[in-house]
Amino acid sequence: MLIDLLNALALIGNFVLVPGIAYGSQLALGALGVTMVYAVLRFSNFAHGETMSFGAMVTILVTWVLQARGFGLGPLPTALLALPIGMIVTIGLCLGTDRLVYRYYREKKAVPVTYLIVSVGVLFFLSGLIRFIIGPKDQVFADGQRFIMKARAFKEMTGLDQGLAIKTSQGITVITAVMIVALLFWFLNRTRTGKSMRAYSDNEDLALLSGINPERVVMITWIITGALAAIAGTLYGLDKGYKPFTYLGLVLPIFASAIVGGVGNPLGAIAGGFVIAFSELLVTFAYKRVVGYLTPGDWVPDGLVQLLSTDYKLAVSFFILVIVLLIKPTGIFSGKTL
Amino acid sequence: MKNVLLFVVMGVLLILVGTMQSWNVALAILNMCLISAVMALGVNIQWGYAGLFNAGVMGFTALGGLAAIVVSVAPVPAAWDAGGARAILGLLAGLATIVGGIWLWKKLPVSRTARIWLTALLAASGYGLMRLILDPAVDAIEAVEPAMTGFLGGFGLPIMFSWIVGGIFAAIVAWAIGKVALGLRSDYLAIATLGISEIIIYFLKNEDWLTRGVKNVNGLPRPVPYEIDLQGALWFHDVAAWVGIPVVEASSLIVKLNYVVLFLVVLIAIFWLSERALRSPWGRMMRAIRDNEIAAGAMGKNVTGRHLQVFVLGSAVIGIAGAMLATLDGQFTPASYQPLRFTFLVWVMVIVGGSGNNLGSILGGFVIWFFWIEAEPIGLALMNFVTSGMAIDSPLRLHLLENAAHTRLMTMGLILLLVLRFSPRGLIPEVKR
Repeated sequence: MLIDLLNALALIGNFVLVPGIAYGSQLALGALGVTMVYAVLRFSNFAHGETMSFGAMVTILVTWVLQARGFGLGPLPTALLALPIGMIVTIGLCLGTDRLVYRYYREKKAVPVTYLIVSVGVLFFLSGLIRFIIGPKDQVFADGQRFIMKARAFKEMTGLDQGLAIKTSQGITVITAVMIVALLFWFLNRTRTGKSMRAYSDNEDLALLSGINPERVVMITWIITGALAAIAGTLYGLDKGYKPFTYLGLVLPIFASAIVGGVGNPLGAIAGGFVIAFSELLVTFAYKRVVGYLTPGDWVPDGLVQLLSTDYKLAVSFFILVIVLLIKPTGIFSGKTL
Repeated sequence: MKNVLLFVVMGVLLILVGTMQSWNVALAILNMCLISAVMALGVNIQWGYAGLFNAGVMGFTALGGLAAIVVSVAPVPAAWDAGGARAILGLLAGLATIVGGIWLWKKLPVSRTARIWLTALLAASGYGLMRLILDPAVDAIEAVEPAMTGFLGGFGLPIMFSWIVGGIFAAIVAWAIGKVALGLRSDYLAIATLGISEIIIYFLKNEDWLTRGVKNVNGLPRPVPYEIDLQGALWFHDVAAWVGIPVVEASSLIVKLNYVVLFLVVLIAIFWLSERALRSPWGRMMRAIRDNEIAAGAMGKNVTGRHLQVFVLGSAVIGIAGAMLATLDGQFTPASYQPLRFTFLVWVMVIVGGSGNNLGSILGGFVIWFFWIEAEPIGLALMNFVTSGMAIDSPLRLHLLENAAHTRLMTMGLILLLVLRFSPRGLIPEVKR
């Protein structure tokens, strides 16, 4: 009886808990980028998915160079070594687009929806650039050891029928996300620059009166956004494989995460990321075998006992978005504060 | 005068394609230009009249395609026998759940928390009931000769009815999404429409009983004659010989010209109606709301209500264009709907053409579609020129040539950014009245 319960738990752990934590961290990092831009520059950046893709692409290119030269990190993927360069190039891209594109509209004090259309232009350009450089096809760049814990090792260790596998990419995702988030919060809450950013986001006029340089705040925002985008994009690519077109599809769950948590609120972005990730997995998970373990005897249901087919993953983030818009449009953490 | 000139230039470009490439290509581009122009008109009604950002053009286009199937394909009696009644019952259960949920949400005299939980409970149980009824029916329908049919088919009506039905489908979805997202911050509508359009595509890809999903529906009936019938007709041989064009080419030209006439009629009708609306008191009110929501609200205008109205109207126009597109293609392929091509490209058309000006949107539809198609040969030629100095088998040269097609995405992005920056009013700016 207890064994059945443990087996059911292992099953859920393997197919919901572990992937959910990893996916949630990826979404949280993406949503943090969106939310930072929203809090400081006050617009929804539709190009964020492509920025993530760009960061991942640069990292992949550098990884290939490193792999060809024989550099590596042993059991860890070489991409981690390449990631800093990816981050720097992506930060350069963000600063460049700001200088060439967004700054003009800031000086003109354009309305948010103008920025939105401008970001669509950037989205178009970036998606073309990415496909032009690396091509539209899938790229595999993960190397090193594939698993931290293999399903079979878990079975032997615990004697259960169900395995619990943890991929290296999932472990790295979670560890990196925790580190980055801790660093970000330390920066925003403890440093002078971080505080000036929060002040600027809270009340622009008051911040200007206190002598905060708006251009510097904007620059730092883009630096953080670029770094976050490159990390999120690379981690997602490591975990699920890099396909240029998937990143446009990520925009929806990322925005949903940001809005669920309250746009402009970093804590909300993280919470939102996990809410979306776990809802997605819980709703599309086939409970057939879990029900089999939890009911007495050998009975197993005929159907998959799945609330929604896996093809409708995206619908989950959309429905959560709609529910939040209906019930509490400001999000869980009532956003617009950094 | 300048506007006429712009359209003349566009015509000359098409004629150039006709003489340099082939008339078939030119007419194919022209047909797509006309459909794109209708789409751009729809987006312009939303953006130009009211300042609403619709990021779900793709979804409304695809709903038009769905209408083309539902209206025109012959019904599949075996599938209807297998599970038609049950499927309809399941859908009715779903509909009842939605109506009941809205009623509970709006009318129930209990506290807000209780209402949320009761509505959620009703939604969950209603969804379960719908699945319980619908799932066996879906399995039964999809089991009917899956290689040939495996879906319910449609009503077997002339496909031109679907142009109206497509508009209605799109309008219904737009109404629902507008109800949720309008009246909140402006970018919520953009994100909500982006989401619904993705979901519509997933729905069309996966609900095989309705659309055959990724197996596609081919051979939609046509509103115009078939090439093969023309080629078989003796009178047509005489006509072709008299004009001096080979029969095969002449037949395909005639078919395309037929489409041009049909699409032109729709475009002119929608253009005329849009212009009338824009010049009416209603149009003046829309512009007032767009330019200053607060002031318009203070004058007693129902801002959210008018936004909903204009959003539904614009989406309906996009739905019509979607049905026309499926008619022209003669097939429905859910996998071909890509957001860059169907949502954001239409936006480029509207912005480049001139937001707020219907004539501008039409021109934008023409210009952007033309360059979207012609950017490929141009890009390839350019790459050939750039790489002409390199060795024939240099990897860089091969890479550049292989990926030359993607330069058109970059070009479109660049065009959009440049127009926004240096000529934000577009090729034919809005007329201040």
